[in-house]
Amino acid sequence: MKHLLSIEDLTADQIHGLLELTDHMAEISSRPIPKVPALRGKNVVSLFFEDSTRTRTSFDTAAKRLSADTMNFSVSSSSVNKGESLRDTIETISAMGVDAFVVRHKSSGAPLQITQWTNASIVNAGDGWHQHPTQALLDCYTIRTALNRRDGFDGLRIAIVGDIKHSRVARSDVQAFAALGADVTLVAPPTLLPPALVNGNSPDWPVTVSHDLDSLLPDLDVLYLLRVQRERMDEALLPSLHEYSALYGLTAERAARLAPHALVMHPGPMNRGVEMVVDPGELPGSVILNQVTNGVAVRMAVLFSLLGSGNDLKETA
Amino acid sequence: MSRLVITGGTLLDQYGERAADVAIAAGRIVEVGAGLQPAADDTVLAADGCVVSPGFVDLHVHLREPGKEEAETIETGSRAAALGGFTAVVAMPNTDPAQDSVAVVQFVRAQGVRAGLCEVLPSGCITVGRAGEMLAPYGELAAAGVHLFTDDGNGVQDPQLMRRALEYAKPLGIVLAQHCEVASLTKGAVMHEGSCCSRLGLPGWPALAEELMLFRDIELVRLTGVPMHFLHLSTARSVQLVRQAKAEGLAVTAEATPHHFTLTDEQLSGYDPVFKVNPPLRTRADIDGIKAGLADGTLDAIATDHAPHAPHTKEAPLDQAPPGMLGLETALALAITELDMPLAEIVAALSWKPAAIAGVGDRHGRPIAVGEPANLAVFDPGAEWTVVPARLASKSRNTPYAGRTLQGKVRHTVFNGNVVVRDGAATR
Repeated sequence: MKHLLSIEDLTADQIHGLLELTDHMAEISSRPIPKVPALRGKNVVSLFFEDSTRTRTSFDTAAKRLSADTMNFSVSSSSVNKGESLRDTIETISAMGVDAFVVRHKSSGAPLQITQWTNASIVNAGDGWHQHPTQALLDCYTIRTALNRRDGFDGLRIAIVGDIKHSRVARSDVQAFAALGADVTLVAPPTLLPPALVNGNSPDWPVTVSHDLDSLLPDLDVLYLLRVQRERMDEALLPSLHEYSALYGLTAERAARLAPHALVMHPGPMNRGVEMVVDPGELPGSVILNQVTNGVAVRMAVLFSLLGSGNDLKETA
Repeated sequence: MSRLVITGGTLLDQYGERAADVAIAAGRIVEVGAGLQPAADDTVLAADGCVVSPGFVDLHVHLREPGKEEAETIETGSRAAALGGFTAVVAMPNTDPAQDSVAVVQFVRAQGVRAGLCEVLPSGCITVGRAGEMLAPYGELAAAGVHLFTDDGNGVQDPQLMRRALEYAKPLGIVLAQHCEVASLTKGAVMHEGSCCSRLGLPGWPALAEELMLFRDIELVRLTGVPMHFLHLSTARSVQLVRQAKAEGLAVTAEATPHHFTLTDEQLSGYDPVFKVNPPLRTRADIDGIKAGLADGTLDAIATDHAPHAPHTKEAPLDQAPPGMLGLETALALAITELDMPLAEIVAALSWKPAAIAGVGDRHGRPIAVGEPANLAVFDPGAEWTVVPARLASKSRNTPYAGRTLQGKVRHTVFNGNVVVRDGAATR
């Protein structure tokens, strides 16, 4: 594997392989000194054209636990603000000697485009509405661990609720969950669905579409809530956040109708009082902080798969 | 007086096909017939195996001068046109400054004359600065020779303003040409709205945005009786709307681009901005609709929407890159390669039909006959060639057909009796 750009590029076996590798990384992370020399001498550059402190910190922590050198490059402090093109930025930093770029960009497809201007590996840390593959992997790892589903998600019922249309998390999760065998339902008002799903199901999307969260709740194994952005009202996609909460928000009443084993997940940052009306700390099924913890281990696995060799890990793990 | 003699070709014009040689002097055809004997001081253009047709007329090119000379100049765009067999091109008005004043259109025309490779016909704006707010001075611009008016790149959003534009234009004998796009439906749009954009996570440009404005304008033609031309139609439903309007006898004409009958939105899967264009590449069903529209004459003309962009601007993320692709040098070959139409109908859609819409039917797209102006294309309809961006004459490289092998190549182009392309190379 040279790059990680999209879940679409991975087979189910590759996803399983990365999740197994994540088990090793989680074990390393649990040690008193959570650091191994596996990527010593490798230079990992975070290139964030869009702010995301949590994702950047997660990747940074992952790289440091593997002893890679890390460098941060953010738009606000860079030549991009001086009008430098994406190509020139990539070629310039590549010339310093880079093994992997971790790229966050507000434009869908930018990480793929970047691959033509550098020999370094590219990890997509979120591009536009398109993909956020490490989020999908950490979500899979979280479900796999919490529900003890090491062999796959066959028969698992997962609902993803919220702004699917603008969500790279939804696009990645749908592909990853479906690849592992889950039955995925997308729950949203039609205005927050991608055009292909506005009129119902599409052969391109291995999902069922629903507009009725309440009827699904008792049968779910995983309830995955997405962040709903306040600016969506300006585009006439929603009447009000209040109405969104009333129809699609996780209230205490709705939480009480979930099965006892059901997980509640959210990629963060949460909009309290909008999609998350209940205090997640009081939900027994909430694994939202586990997602954050697992994010580091999954990103260690991804960086190691791209930059390391199997021998290094065996020697050090 | 020495002549230019085109020998060995098959003539193809609105009167059909026949094998004959053509002699040209002082910018006009002076003799047509089999086995013309060139004199010692005559210049001979060998056309064996070739079709000799009236020169092509492109209703839709962006020459970028004035304003974006790094992407194209009137000279480099004219050279690309000549190499594509075009003897006249209509230059779109989205220059900087826009072509909304006599001074700017005269500059564009003069630069075309200076280049001397084809006739550059400046279009005028429908509204000042293409801003959609105030009428451009059609009377002055028409007096300066402008025939086709458009805000291309923008549709005229306000129906009241569009109605007034048509009414005001009525006595002037000009044609208003619409870029059909309801802007509120395409905010931020990058590609066709459908399954592909849903998967790629890109904002969609719905077919409806084109069809709604087209429908509105067809009704305005019905109301005002003033003719309209519709630019770069891209959907099957648009073709159907025009077909219906023509059946009702309304004075509408329409064009389609080669990329809209050859490429689909699937091309965007690799996020390569070379495939970003406005209106966007659509679906297989739309391609079929466009082809059917060209075949039955609903679509009058093949126009390229030649839109050069400097390489660095196309090395941006897809949502930031400008829309548009090169077209002049590949149009004929794409039509021959991809359209299931008799060659005579392809030439009609490239030559005399657009010439009439552009208002230059007196000097372009003329029959090949004694006394006619010598604006001719000589092409080998069977010649295969591979598109190599670096070999194109355009200053930019944004062709979506790099590496594609196409059939049909221009060998010579004669403009005003001068050989501007000889053996596939520009002479100036």
